[in-house]
Order: sequence, then C-alpha cells, then structure tokens
Amino acid sequence: MFKGMTVVGTVLGLAILAGAASGQDAAQKALADATKARQAQMQLYAFNLGLLGGMAKGEVPYDATAASAAAGNLASLAQLDQSRLWPEGSDEMGVEGSKVMAELWQNMPDVMSKGADLVTAATAMEVAAGTDLASLQAAMGPLGGACGACHKAYRVPSN
Amino acid sequence: MRKTLTIIGFFAVALAGAGWWITTPERVDAGDYADLIGVPARGAVVFHAGGCASCHSAEGASGDKKLVLSGGRAFVSDFGTFHAPNISADPEHGIGDWSVTDLANAMIHGTSPTGQHYYPAFPYAAYSRVSPQDIADLHAYLITLPADATPDRAHDLAFPFTLRRGLGLWKALYVTDGWQVAGDLTEVEARGRYLAEALGHCAECHTPRGVLGGLDRDRWMAGAPNPSGQGTIPNITPAKLDWSEADLIAYFTSGFTPDYDTAGGSMAAVVESLAQLPDADRAALAAYLKRLPAVE
Repeated sequence: MFKGMTVVGTVLGLAILAGAASGQDAAQKALADATKARQAQMQLYAFNLGLLGGMAKGEVPYDATAASAAAGNLASLAQLDQSRLWPEGSDEMGVEGSKVMAELWQNMPDVMSKGADLVTAATAMEVAAGTDLASLQAAMGPLGGACGACHKAYRVPSN
Repeated sequence: MRKTLTIIGFFAVALAGAGWWITTPERVDAGDYADLIGVPARGAVVFHAGGCASCHSAEGASGDKKLVLSGGRAFVSDFGTFHAPNISADPEHGIGDWSVTDLANAMIHGTSPTGQHYYPAFPYAAYSRVSPQDIADLHAYLITLPADATPDRAHDLAFPFTLRRGLGLWKALYVTDGWQVAGDLTEVEARGRYLAEALGHCAECHTPRGVLGGLDRDRWMAGAPNPSGQGTIPNITPAKLDWSEADLIAYFTSGFTPDYDTAGGSMAAVVESLAQLPDADRAALAAYLKRLPAVE
C-alpha cells in the first residue's frame, strides 16, 4: 500500500514536472515565434524599400504606380498591430538570433514615439512616391532616419 | 674619469633638452588666421563633415539636442576612458571665449589655449589637414550654437598616460602632413579626400592601430577592431566593399545599405551627420572611397 502511494506520488510528480517543462517550452516557443515574425516583417520592409531605393539610385526606371504600391505596403506594415510581436524576454539574451537589446522594454514611451515617426515617414513616402522621382528621392532620407533611429537605440550592432 | 662624467652629463642634459623641445605643444602662426572672416553657413558644413556632434553632444541626444555640445560621452580605450569635453558656446565651461586661433591650435596641433596637449581621442591627427578658412567658418558656426554650463568630466586614464607632456612624442611619431591617397585626383576625388582624411576622420575607426595607438597607414581603411570592444569596424577599401558609388551615396543620405538594412553602431551617428551635407559632398566621399588602394 505504502509502496503503491509512492509510485502514484512519483508519477504525479513527474507529470507536474513535465507539465512545467512543456509550459516553459511553450513560452520559449512563443518568444521565438514573435522574433521570427518580427524578422519577417523587417524582410517585407526591405523588399519594398528595395524597389523605392532602386528608383532613387536610378537603377530601376521610375514608375509612379509601382512606387506607390511599394510605399503603400511600407505604410501598412508600419501600422500593423504589433502588440504580440515584441514580448518581453525576446531580447538577444532570451532568443537565439534576436538582436533586440533588453533596453527596448525599459523605454517603451520612446519606442512608441520612434514607431510613430516611422508611420509619419512611411506615409510621407506614400505621397512622395506617387508624385515624382525627385520627391521619392527626398523622402528616402527621413525614412532611413526613422528606421535607423530605432536600430541605433535598440539593436545590437552587427559587426 | 671626470671628463667622461662631464661628457655623459652633457649628453644627458642635451637629451633631456631635446625631449623637452620635442614634447613642447605646438601652435599655429596666428597671422594665417588674422584676416579670415568666418561664415556660419559654411561652418555648418564643416561641422557636419567633421562629425563634431557625434562625440560632443550628450549621450543619447537626437535632433536639435545634438547641437547642444555639452560633452560628457565616454570613450573606452586601451589607455583608459576619455570623456568628451563641453565645446558649447558657454564662455566658462565651453569654448565661448575661444578665438579662431585657439580653435586652430586645438584642431591643427592638438594644443589647448593654455598650452597643454590634448589626447588624440580628439582626432587632430586628421584635423591637422583642415584649411584655415574652414576653421574660421567652423568657429563662426560654433558660437551660434546654444551655450551649456555642464562642467567637463576628467578623463579616467592609467599611468603613464596621465602624463600629457608625453603626448608630444606621440604627436611627433604619428601626426603627419600630406595625404594618404596620393596621385592625380579629379577635383571631386580631391574634395572627397579632404572630407574623408581631414574633416571626416574616417580612418580613426576604419584603420587599425599599433600598440601606441598610431594608425597603421599601410592598412589604410582596411578595417580594425571596434574600440567599443564589440566586433570589428569593416574594411572599406575596394578589396572588401563592393558597393557602387550610387549605393554609397544612398547610404550616406538615408543610412540604407544595398540590402535595405540600416547603418548600425557608431556609423548610425556618422550617417546622421553625413545626411546634413550637400549632395555633391556625399558624391565626393563615394568617389574617394572608390580610389582607395585595395587592402585585403
């Protein structure tokens, strides 16, 4: 009888431990998923910027329709709901491949303000890209500045 | 015996005298600056090309705050930690009471108004090539910027680097005249060289240093360990940097790399300054980089 209780107790204990471990795995997976999703969003920014930048450099002929579409994508991307994209703990120490500094979560008002600056710059690009090449070229600087402001403050330098 | 001692004594004194003479802080010829009239608008270009705000603004400053040159940023090195001084227009804590010649002595020779050596964390090894007119223009611009009363913070260095007099020897060894990229340059390339080698002081980070902190000029712009301790500063000679001139100009304007990532680390602040320059100057810098000898 006593032995039976011990076995039951041990099995229960193991089950609880396993549950805790899988809970931890799930939490870690959520952080990793959010990191991947953020990086995918960054890829989409880069893909659309590639067309605008190519036109700005004169490598791709200027086309108002295509430029507007790409700039519109940037503005939409910047305004996506990101409430699940930046869970605390998904910093460079917490997730393999993450380059976010933990400081980001200690400066949320500043992060939100930099995010709003990006929306402003992307919206300005949306107007500029459909206007003419000179306007598009002039809008690249502020857009790069808005991207860079957050990278400079909250991304681990890569080289 | 006595004669030998006298001879040894004589040479010892002569050597000490020569050492004293070599380590005496140099000054410019004030006559070269007497008749110059500084124009603030041109000085703004010198200011941005020189990247003054990157070091002399307060840590974390952005936008207009970068024009408040209160100093205070810390620069960690093998010799200790340097703290950028206040160079705002405040006459007591900044450089508000400096003459054009004071500024010239600082930039050309690394000599303070009281005749002390500055440490080469202040890049006079590059600024020594800046033209007198640019210094007069920069002076005219700097005194239009806000005054700030933040007191300077002392450098935190290890002995013997605390002995400023010894910097005279460092200067004699490493502060050189002339240009690194020689030969026939177009007007645009020559402007780019002036921006890169004199004002922009690109080599201060992009060229490796020897044990005493002098630049290894044989590996000009070939990359170096990051003084911050994290990673490396990239090789920007054509051996490693295959960006087109259009890519370089776009990078200097917006910070976007050809992959549409943005400038990282200290380079982000450099791009913020470069973005303020006239288009022609960014194009000149790109042309200069293309002329660099390839170093693997």
